[in-house]
Amino acid sequence: MDPALSAVRLTVREAIHTLSSCEDGGRVLSTLGSLRRYLSGAENPALPGEREEFARVHFSALLRCLVGRLSPGWLGLLPDGQVEELWASFFLEGPADQAFLVLMESVEGAAGRQRVLNVSRATAGHVRFSAGWLRPVRLLGSQPLPAGSSWNQIEKNGAFTAHRRLSGNEVCPRLGRCCPVALTIALLEHPAFPLAAGGWDCSVSFLSQVLGKACVPGRQSECFLSRGVRSAVWQGSHSTPVVCKLPEVLSRLLGNLVMKNKKAQFVMTRKLLFLQYQYSVRAWTPMLQSLLGYLATDSQRRPLLVQALKGLLETWGSCSAVRHAPLAQQCYISKAVLICLALLGEAELQDSRDELLTSLMAGVKSRLDSSLPVVRRLGMIVAEVASARLHPEGPPLKFQYEEDELSREMLALAAPRPAADSPLEASPVVTPEAAETPGRGSVDGGIPQALPEGSGSDLDSDDELVPYDMSGDQELKRSKAPTYVRDCVEALTSSEDWERWEAALRALEALVIRNPAAAREVSVELAKVLLHLEEKTSVEGFEGLRQRALVAVVVTDPAPVAEYLTSQFYALNFSLRQRMDILDVSAPGPSVPPVTPKLHQAAVRGPDSEGTRHLCAPRLQGSARRGRDAGANQFSSVAGYFFFPLIQHFDRPLVTFDLLGEDQLVLGRLAHTLGALMYLAVNTTVAVTMGKALLEFVWTLRFHSDAYVRRGLLSSVSSVLLSVPAERLLADPPHQL
Amino acid sequence: MAASPLPPPDPRFVLRGTQSAVHALHFFGGAEGQGQPLLLSGSLSGLVHIWSLQTRRAVATLDGHRGQCVTWLHSLPQGHQLLSQGRDLKLCLWDLAEGRNAVVDSMHLESMGFCRSTVLARGQGHWMLAMPGRGSDEVQILEMPSKTSVCTLKPEADAKPGMPMCLELWQAESSPRPLLLAGYEDGSVALWDVSERKVCSRVACHTEPVMGFDFDSQKARGVSGSAEKALAVWSLDEQQALQVCKTHELTNPGIADVKIRPDRKILATAGWDHRVRVFHWRTMKPLAVLSFHSATVHCVAFAANGLLAAGSGDQRISIWSLYPISSDSSTPLSGHVEDTEVGAHALA
Repeated sequence: MDPALSAVRLTVREAIHTLSSCEDGGRVLSTLGSLRRYLSGAENPALPGEREEFARVHFSALLRCLVGRLSPGWLGLLPDGQVEELWASFFLEGPADQAFLVLMESVEGAAGRQRVLNVSRATAGHVRFSAGWLRPVRLLGSQPLPAGSSWNQIEKNGAFTAHRRLSGNEVCPRLGRCCPVALTIALLEHPAFPLAAGGWDCSVSFLSQVLGKACVPGRQSECFLSRGVRSAVWQGSHSTPVVCKLPEVLSRLLGNLVMKNKKAQFVMTRKLLFLQYQYSVRAWTPMLQSLLGYLATDSQRRPLLVQALKGLLETWGSCSAVRHAPLAQQCYISKAVLICLALLGEAELQDSRDELLTSLMAGVKSRLDSSLPVVRRLGMIVAEVASARLHPEGPPLKFQYEEDELSREMLALAAPRPAADSPLEASPVVTPEAAETPGRGSVDGGIPQALPEGSGSDLDSDDELVPYDMSGDQELKRSKAPTYVRDCVEALTSSEDWERWEAALRALEALVIRNPAAAREVSVELAKVLLHLEEKTSVEGFEGLRQRALVAVVVTDPAPVAEYLTSQFYALNFSLRQRMDILDVSAPGPSVPPVTPKLHQAAVRGPDSEGTRHLCAPRLQGSARRGRDAGANQFSSVAGYFFFPLIQHFDRPLVTFDLLGEDQLVLGRLAHTLGALMYLAVNTTVAVTMGKALLEFVWTLRFHSDAYVRRGLLSSVSSVLLSVPAERLLADPPHQL
Repeated sequence: MAASPLPPPDPRFVLRGTQSAVHALHFFGGAEGQGQPLLLSGSLSGLVHIWSLQTRRAVATLDGHRGQCVTWLHSLPQGHQLLSQGRDLKLCLWDLAEGRNAVVDSMHLESMGFCRSTVLARGQGHWMLAMPGRGSDEVQILEMPSKTSVCTLKPEADAKPGMPMCLELWQAESSPRPLLLAGYEDGSVALWDVSERKVCSRVACHTEPVMGFDFDSQKARGVSGSAEKALAVWSLDEQQALQVCKTHELTNPGIADVKIRPDRKILATAGWDHRVRVFHWRTMKPLAVLSFHSATVHCVAFAANGLLAAGSGDQRISIWSLYPISSDSSTPLSGHVEDTEVGAHALA
């Protein structure tokens, strides 16, 4: 026997002996370190012959020994996971096929089972073990396979049994579950995984069989399946070549499993489609596209896709889902609907058109009724796309909504996806040669041609034309703006001269601010005029102008104007718009006197739907600080004028106005406004009384069905917490707060 | 360029007395060596005033449009004849020779629009007239003085350019073929070949209706103004294709009229913002903003000697003298001033 070879044998035998018995961390480390010479990636490698022999003959034995030693205690011999690091390196740097087989073996058979049992007694150990086991498996995936070995071999040599074993593993569900996941991931991420190379047969059949064996007969099959698939899809969505092939991959992996297995069907068509929205938003689209694409790739599965669309639209159209489902889920389902619509063909849609339309219309209606803009927009987008697909012959439905990232993404989904192989098919379109210009010979020649600039006779002295002073060339003001507040009132009420009317409206805010004394004389009259002002001609920014003017009036003369406005809020003959205006103006109004114009700007925006978020934002905290710095809050004396009349009558319906009934949008706005008023009343004496009243208001409405109202209530509660002194909050009897 | 810019110019003089808004201006006569030209103005009240620029007084008043606004005035090259177009849907031909002021002929217009007509002299007392036609998007071409209809230029059915807003007949020096430029309601300018009755080219210059344009046939370049806030300069290439060269942003929207001075050095625009703007024609560099009027300026006109007249809704006509035409430049006059041989003495 060659002495050199026997040297390797000796070293390995000795090392195995040491490893299997020694409990001294330092020795284990040095032994492992000495063996590393035989691995490919080592720093001072052994002779090639030695390395070859090691790999061929001794490597598996060593690995088996290493796996045998795998236990939390052993791994913990040295701090910082040094042992674990080395341990893993053997699996990673040696021949991958052997490493893989050993790992598989390790969980197989009675011994493996026993080991798992032992390990999993302590939870921490279990996790450690799983992690230790899984890491090489995962990383193996990223290694090139040694020449000559193939997945087939691995497959034959026991991967199956390992997985059958795992799937029925009661002892360690986590490990059992992780295996297929890890495998799938490992394979999908593997550079040699022949997604691109085209060598589908060995690896995909292997993978599908493993997954199939692992999942289908197992007890937690749907769990495996969903996890496996989800992870696959999830992981896959990060690497581009996988994404475009994912439906195909899934289809190869799972075959027609969904048709045969009820649970699988449930997972694929219900669970994943309806509930998996917790994943990060970015992953939704690829995941949905893979799933639905999988359903669409085979004619046998297409009925399932139709069924899925029906289910989706039913959920989408359900009124209570609109109200109760989280926004994320609504987005998710809307996206799924759009992808389904893009995937389904004309004929398939026509077959169940009535049913789909019914659900669609119900959903659109309840979404358009919603007071949340995002929900409304979702409804509009889906309605547009779906009606175009379901009713291609009818006139297209077109809503007016602002385009944003979401809407663009949704509309992009609705466009049919290019087939996976389309880049190959799409031959560059040969643009036809520009059409020959029709013979114009008969006309040509008689036409003078444009001479190049500055040519010919133009080169004479006309460059010497000296411009005159043109600084007086300003934008033309069409009509002289009124100079006095009274003129404005007159112009706004009686003028038929629309230019003057507009000029008055534009000038009003500045006039009121500049001359508060004059404005106070007519403040209530002015408020009345502004409240009833209608946009008779198209004036740019009319709403903003009117609102700013009203705010200015409120600020100038808070008490009487607030009294007037709030009394009008519950009056009979007002439109919703006017009532909303009253609310819009009431909240920002009071914020102006004690603070700078800058805050005025912020306040003018009013309590919008983002009120809740704004409330806790620095803007308002800044304002509070300013309020405190300024000492007494000037709002103190007038806070009651704004707050109490508004909160008083909300539960008394009028013929034209029912806050607790249909006018929930106004109720939501009212809640926001009251919250804002409460917030602004910080450091005032009435704050406590206001807080009590507001909490009572919140309490009555806490189960309100409308999300916008609930947001308003939340904003109110937070403003109470911010404005009412803590000691009062705590000291008052619990039933009051 | 250390010197500060010249202060904004004042009008040379102002003509008052039309008693209503001025909607059309036209210089009559006044070629070199023939003394001062006459200025014709058409007003909202339907009167045409003839102003002497020496006495600065109206020398005659023509009343032929039954109180309806006069929108266009043009003198014919032969004889002392004047064409006036009114909103009473009449086109009148006046004989002004030897102090006469009588309507010798009149024609009925079919279009209620504001589009001004245009004429092209064809020699020997013949001239061609283009005017808005019966259909709202049509232009009618007539042979005058026989009033025989030559053709009707109707855009293709799918073009939908809207009404014609302004017209100009011209013909290239090297070709007898009459061409018509038309600005349309949709903001496009189209070049028609009159004899073939087809659109040679059309280009969208504005997003608002074209309110006025002028065309420099020597440079094959034109400029147009519209209700929007920009001037467009376009040109005609050898394929007879119109293309927009550039646009020039203005301070205020609305241009009622555009005229290039006969020597093609400068151009003037009549603005809805009460101002007349003067640009260098070749470079489109702004040269002056003439603010004198207190109402919309409806029309501008250049005399052969370089005088600029602007008529406004404030019932005044301002006369400006800017960048005098250098006497040594022997620039041939372009087609704008065909009326050179009509002397001022005709009316004296």
